[in-house]
Amino acid sequence: MIRITVNGVARTADPAGPESLLTTLRDRLGLPGSKNACEQGECGSCSVILDGELVCSCLVMAADADGSEVRTIEGIDDHGTLNAIQEAMVGAGGVQCGFCTPGIVVAATHLFEANPHPTEGEIREALAGNICRCTGYGAIVRALTAVAGTEAS
Amino acid sequence: MTTLVRPGIVGGVGTSLLRPDGIPKIKGEFAFSSDLEAEGMLWGATVRSPHPRARIVAIDAAPALAISGVRTVLTQDDVPGSGHFGLERPDQPVLAFGETRYWGQPVAIVAAEDHETARRAADAVRIEYEVLAPLVDPAEAVRLGSTFRTIEIRNGDPDAHGEIVVTGEYEVGMQDQAPLGTESGLAIPDGMGGVDLHIATQWLHADHEQVVAALGLPPDQIRLHNAGVGGAFGSREDISLQIHLCLLALRTGRPVKMVYDRAESFVGHVHRHPARMRYRHEADRDGTLVRVEADLVFDGGAYASTSSAVLANGCYFAVGPYRAKSVHITGASARTNNPTAGAMRGFGAPQPCFAYEAQMDRLAAALGMDPVALRLRNALGTGDRIPTTNQVIVGSLPTREVIESVAAMPLPDPETADDPRSLPGGTGLTTPPGAVRRGIGFAVGIKNLAFSESFDDFSEVRGVLTADGLELHTAACENGQGMVTVLEQIGRSASGLQRVTVVFADTSKIGSAGSTSASRQTQMTGGAALRAATAVREEALRRGGGDHLDDAGVWRGGRLVAPLAGLLGDGPIEHLERFRHPPTAKPDAFGRGDVHAGFVVAAHRAVVDVDPELGLVRVVRLDTAQDVGRALNPLSILGQIEGGIMQGVGLAVMEEIVLEGGVMKNASFTDYLLPTFLDAPQVEAILVEQPDHWGPFGAKGVGEPPTISSTAAVAAAIRDATGAPINRVPVRPQDIAFGSPESPVTSHQQAKSPRPRS
Ligand code: FES
Ligand code: FES
Repeated sequence: MIRITVNGVARTADPAGPESLLTTLRDRLGLPGSKNACEQGECGSCSVILDGELVCSCLVMAADADGSEVRTIEGIDDHGTLNAIQEAMVGAGGVQCGFCTPGIVVAATHLFEANPHPTEGEIREALAGNICRCTGYGAIVRALTAVAGTEAS
Repeated sequence: MTTLVRPGIVGGVGTSLLRPDGIPKIKGEFAFSSDLEAEGMLWGATVRSPHPRARIVAIDAAPALAISGVRTVLTQDDVPGSGHFGLERPDQPVLAFGETRYWGQPVAIVAAEDHETARRAADAVRIEYEVLAPLVDPAEAVRLGSTFRTIEIRNGDPDAHGEIVVTGEYEVGMQDQAPLGTESGLAIPDGMGGVDLHIATQWLHADHEQVVAALGLPPDQIRLHNAGVGGAFGSREDISLQIHLCLLALRTGRPVKMVYDRAESFVGHVHRHPARMRYRHEADRDGTLVRVEADLVFDGGAYASTSSAVLANGCYFAVGPYRAKSVHITGASARTNNPTAGAMRGFGAPQPCFAYEAQMDRLAAALGMDPVALRLRNALGTGDRIPTTNQVIVGSLPTREVIESVAAMPLPDPETADDPRSLPGGTGLTTPPGAVRRGIGFAVGIKNLAFSESFDDFSEVRGVLTADGLELHTAACENGQGMVTVLEQIGRSASGLQRVTVVFADTSKIGSAGSTSASRQTQMTGGAALRAATAVREEALRRGGGDHLDDAGVWRGGRLVAPLAGLLGDGPIEHLERFRHPPTAKPDAFGRGDVHAGFVVAAHRAVVDVDPELGLVRVVRLDTAQDVGRALNPLSILGQIEGGIMQGVGLAVMEEIVLEGGVMKNASFTDYLLPTFLDAPQVEAILVEQPDHWGPFGAKGVGEPPTISSTAAVAAAIRDATGAPINRVPVRPQDIAFGSPESPVTSHQQAKSPRPRS
C-alpha cells in the first residue's frame, strides 16, 4: 500500500510488485490522462511532476513514489480553466491526435514554472524527451515561444 | 418572433477554425482506445512466433491455463469462419497454423483477469517449432517467382532516345509509422452472440468486413465503433487485433481489452515497403527528358496487405511530375519472410521520388544545367499526359507553380549558428562549427488522390437537422489529421448553420466512408458532407417557405418565419448522401489507362548542415510549396505539412527498421530513432491554390504530399554538401564519411533486440 498526493488530493493505492507509477495512475487511480507510448522513458507521453521534478512516470516504480506529491495532466490547469500553455497550444494548432499532448503540456508547464521566458532553443531542449509524431513540432514551438514572449521575429 | 440581425457564418471553409476535440485533448480528457474500460473486463495478450519461418509442431496451452486468473487460450483451431483476413486478399490466418511466415506473427491469444496475468500467460504458452530457412532477399524472391504482383508499363515511342544518359541504383529502408498510440481496442459481447468492438482504426467498414468473414458471423452481429486514435499514418489500415478481440470476447462472454506495447506494435502492423530501384534517364542536350527506364523491387514481406496497390503507385509515379517521350517501367512486390509491408503515408510514391529526383540532379549535372530549370523544362501540367499511364490530366496540376514558388523563397543566413543545439553533433559538442558544410537540395513529388484502378471508392454522410443545428453522421475515422474540423466547416458553409456537429456512427448505422488514407477524406467524406448539408438546407428552406437558413431557423425577406424546431414538426429532416469520385479504370496490359481520380504535387527545398567527418546531419530548414486545390483550413494544412515533412526527414536521416535474417533488431523507441524537437527544421510553406475538378470547393487532399519529396530534398542537400553519392535512405553516417557503396546493400547496423513473446 502506498500513499501519494495526486494533484493535491491524498490517495492510496496497492500497486502490484514492480508496477510503474504510470500504471498505478492509469489503472488504479482512474487518471488515464498520462499516456503510455513506449514504457521505456523515450517518448515523454507519461510525463508527470514528482516532488517538483519532471519524470517519465513509466520509469518510476510506484512503490518508490510512496509519500510523494505528484502532479499530472489532470491537475495542471489553472483552477478549471486552461493554463497559458494549454491555451496557446490549442490556438496554434499544436494538437493533432493528442496522444503526446498531455506529456508535452506537463513538461512545458514544468519548464515555464522554472523559467517563464525560455528561448526557442531552451524550449526545444527542455522538450527533447517528448516525441510528437503528428505535428512536426512547429506549431507547439510557436505556441510556447509566444507564451514566453521570445518568438523569433 | 422577429429578429432582423442575422449573424454571418463564422468558421466556414477557408478559415483556420480550431479543432472541436482540441480542448478535451489538451486537458488529457479525450478518451483514446487504450483508455477504454468496461465492467468485468478481461485483458488479452498475443503469443508471437520468435522465428521468421518455422513449422509449428505442437502448441501446449496447459502451462498458461494453470496460472490463476487465466480464462482462455485460443489458437487457429478455435477460429470459426474463413479464419483468414487481408485488405487486398484474405491470405493471412487469424492465428498462424502449419507454418509461421514472419517474425512476430500471432500464433495464439490469451485472456486473463488483468494485464500482467495476460502477459505472463502469453509467455507461458509452450510452442514447439521446427525452424525453417526464411526467404529474406526480395531480389531472390522475385527470381523465384515469389511475388504479390508484377507490373510492366510501356508508353510512348519505344525507339526514342536521348543523347545524355544517366543511370543509378537506389535503395530505401523500411520505415515504421510509429504512431504514438499503439494498437488497442475493447470488445464487448452483447450477450446475444454479437460483439461491439471499439477500435482505433483507419477504416471501420473494411475491418468489419474482415472480422465477420474471418469469424463466419452474420454482418449485423458485429458492430465497429470509432475509438480515439493516437495517430495512424497507414499503420491502422490493416487488421491487427480486431479479430482477436472479437474472438476472445465471444469465447469468454466478457469484455476484453488489448493494448500492444511498443515492441509489439513494431511487429503488429505493416510498414513502408523497402525498395531497390534501378534507373536510366535519357535527355536531349536542351534538357528535354526523352526516355526513362526503371526497375522497382518492393519488399512486400509475408502477406499481401496492400502490396499490389503500393507497387502500382510506385510504378505509375516512377517518372515523377515530368513529361517523357518514352517510358519503360518494370516492378515487382516480393513475397518474403520479412515483416509485412503495406500502407504508409505516401503509399509507394516516396520511394521512386527519392530515386527519380536523384536522377534529375544527375541529369542536370551531366547537362551543365540548373536543376530547378531542368525540372521546370519538363514539368507536367493540366492537359499533359501522365508519362506512364498516358492518362490526360484534367484537374489542376501546378507543378510549375510549386517549383517556382519554392525556388523564389529566401534562403536562410549561410552562417552556421554557434549554438551547439543547432550543430550536426548537437550538445555532444562533437562538431566544431568550422567543420560544418552546408548543402541545399531540391525535390518535387507527385501522387494520386483517393483510390485508383477501378476501385469503387465512396463515402457516406447523413445530414440530420435537429433543433440544435446540423449533425453530420459518418463512419470516417479521425486519426488526428483534423477531418472533424474540415467536415464541420463544410457543413457550416453549405448549410448556413453555425452549430454543426460531426457524429461518429458505428458500422450498423451508416455505410462506409472508405479509408482515412490516400489523402482522401477531405475530398470524399467532405464531398458527401457538402451534399448532405446542402440537401438538408434545401429541405429546410422548402418546409419553412423561406430564402435563408441559420441557427435561428428559416427566414423570408429578412424575417424569421420558422424556428429550427418548428421545421421538424412534419418529421425529421435527414439526407443520406453517397459521394463517389469520377470513375477510374483498370490498366491495360502495358499499364496504361485512366487509372487515377486526380493528382497532387508538392516541391521541397532542404537546407542541411553536415559534419562530413562524422557523417552527422542537421536539417536546418525545409521550405515547401504544396498544391492544395483550395485551402479549406490553412492551419490544419500547415499541421499536415509540418508533420509530414518531419516524417520525410526521418526517412532521410534516421528512421529505419533494421532486419537481420527477417528479425527486427530495433523494435523499440530506444533503437528506432524518431525526430525530436531538436531535429525539427524550420518550415516555411506556400499553399498553391488552383481548384481541382471534383473535391468540395476545389479542395485536394493534403496529408501525403509533404512526405513524398521532403526525403529526396534532404538527400539532395546532403549530396550537395558532401559530394557523396547518397544512393540510399536513410542516410547513415558511414554513407557520408566513406561514401555509399555503389550497389547498396542491406544495413549491418547492430542494435538491441527486444524479442516478441514466444
Ligand atoms: S511512455 Fe514513458 S517515456 Fe514513453
Ligand atoms: S499530436 Fe499526435 S503525437 Fe503529437
